[in-house]
Amino acid sequence: MKLETKILVTDVLVVGGGTAGCYAALTLSRQEDMKIIVVDKANIKRSGCLAAGVNAINAYINKGYTPEDFVDFASSEAEGIIREDLVYSIAKNLNKVTANMEAIGLTILKDSDGQYITRGKRSIKINGENIKPLLAHEVNSKKNIMPLNKVNIIDYIVKDGEVIGAYGFHIQENIFYVIYSKAVICSTGGASGLYKPNNSGFSKHKMWYSPFNTGAGYAMGIRAGAEMTSFEMRFIALRCKDTIAPTGTVAQGIGAKQVNASGYEYVKDYGKPLTITRLFATVEENKKGLGPCYLKTKGISKLVEDELYKAYLNMAPAQTLKWIESGKGPSKDNLEIEGTEPYIVGGHAASGYWVDTKRSTTILGLYAAGDVAGGSPKKYVTGCFVEGEIAAKAANSFIKNKENKLIEEEEILSKVKFIENFLSDDDSMFSINALEEGMQKVMDEYAGGISKNYIFNTSRLLIASEKIEDLLVLSSKLRAKDMRELLQIFEIIDRLYVCKVLIVHLLERKETRWKCYGENADYPEKNENLLKYINTIYKDGKVQVIFRDLVKRDEIYEH
Amino acid sequence: MSIKIDKLKCVGCGKCIEGCPGNLLFKNDNSKAFIKYPEECWGCTACVKECPMQAINYYLGVDIGGKGTYLNTKKEKNLLHWHIYKPNGEEIIITTNETEANKY
Repeated sequence: MKLETKILVTDVLVVGGGTAGCYAALTLSRQEDMKIIVVDKANIKRSGCLAAGVNAINAYINKGYTPEDFVDFASSEAEGIIREDLVYSIAKNLNKVTANMEAIGLTILKDSDGQYITRGKRSIKINGENIKPLLAHEVNSKKNIMPLNKVNIIDYIVKDGEVIGAYGFHIQENIFYVIYSKAVICSTGGASGLYKPNNSGFSKHKMWYSPFNTGAGYAMGIRAGAEMTSFEMRFIALRCKDTIAPTGTVAQGIGAKQVNASGYEYVKDYGKPLTITRLFATVEENKKGLGPCYLKTKGISKLVEDELYKAYLNMAPAQTLKWIESGKGPSKDNLEIEGTEPYIVGGHAASGYWVDTKRSTTILGLYAAGDVAGGSPKKYVTGCFVEGEIAAKAANSFIKNKENKLIEEEEILSKVKFIENFLSDDDSMFSINALEEGMQKVMDEYAGGISKNYIFNTSRLLIASEKIEDLLVLSSKLRAKDMRELLQIFEIIDRLYVCKVLIVHLLERKETRWKCYGENADYPEKNENLLKYINTIYKDGKVQVIFRDLVKRDEIYEH
Repeated sequence: MSIKIDKLKCVGCGKCIEGCPGNLLFKNDNSKAFIKYPEECWGCTACVKECPMQAINYYLGVDIGGKGTYLNTKKEKNLLHWHIYKPNGEEIIITTNETEANKY
């Protein structure tokens, strides 16, 4: 199969039209003379993490609390491994971006005085079912933004150490894209599907994080030699059994307690109730044979039950369907919970590009925002908006008086040939799905997946490393019959690169700072000498490790 | 987790194909939409909401407790009517209103 090459030229290219990417594009569009392309492998109307909706805004500074409190909270949850400068810059702007979202139509629950009704210190209640269509509608309405849907970006174009655009392909037509831009903002989200998921058969994609976020942004950065941080801080969610729907609505929303099979409220036995503790406690109870574990909902009123049905339809309809299908709603039966497979995600944990305070990566011309940007856990949806805005402002300054740089035709032809090779007629012995299963099995068994209660050790990680290398070699032999299959091949290759780097990070953090997220059986205790960031750069075929000192909230970090 | 598209109701408008975040939907020779990769469905219901014909039915896989109940949606201004059909013929309608926030 031969591909037609299309060349596009723009001022700023935003890779990934999800939460952060759309907001970055909207921020840039205020410069009327600027041309922006937002490229997405699906359609920005429902792409990214917010496809089904979102239940609440969980990063907001409620009355009586300050941005400083938010930084303290994020630091405490991550046991000190956060970039305070980044989290602080987010915290100071959370309320502003929320007001902007309300202005474009997001429904937020208010009291009779018009004040937002709060859920705890940092949450407000919304109807988030249409949050992504609202955002996409704004993007589509801007004359200077060109949404490029159904195009998958595979690599940056790097010239003399600077990112000057990106390569991609259309997933429905036989088109190869070369997109030149003066700056690139990466907002592709985190990575799911690295580990064997909770449901491994027909419902394998019924997971917490979007199964279509396959770490493309991480992988492109790794291949281009960008510095990455904190991959070893994995994120594992505590979710409703089977549907993998959120538990916060029931736990924080109606105050349901976690109980084991005999009805005992177990979390208090495992320390202060941080997000990790609630998960770890559940894993431990199951290990002791005291599960299943539940959120105690039995006995709630019919009125509350009806509201829960609606709340779940607005973000995770499978759960409402499950309640109705079983004939037993949460008023009759407690809600069973379980931990998910580990994800790599900078919005909940801190994995991602090592950026400066302006969200510039270590490669000139490349910025990162949202889940793909590291160092700032707990940013969630609103934090991703803020980062989109910060990255957009930095990219806008960077491109002033700049011209587009181009590459030689020969270089383009060689990339086309590389891609067309995957589309050649010869048969591959291994299928795309077989490689995915192979990768997920390796990560599950040797790098701390669900089947190992998230625990790993050095011996296991070394085996994982070897096996992932084998799979990387095999991945170059995969063959696609059409452009959609080509997308699947790149999704596997990208995840293998993420796994490769993740394993190095897990090996290097020789301590257990976080239960479940990073539990190394060889080093079961916390080591205060490792109160540092673990960063990596992929260079000359090797993942090189750098330990960096913590950055405090009032610092302006520059590369 | 997946969907089933009612061929009799599908008019081949392609909105579901455009909207699916996983690019899982395609058209068959009769210009009707079908899901080519059912096991890759996230269950986000984007296609269900995009469909103007209520032709897309969303159901739980049997591996996560599905027993044949399915749902589809109908939009009416600010309202989204969720029609849930049980195998015994019972139909339940839950209506969400985009101008009303979640209570919890």
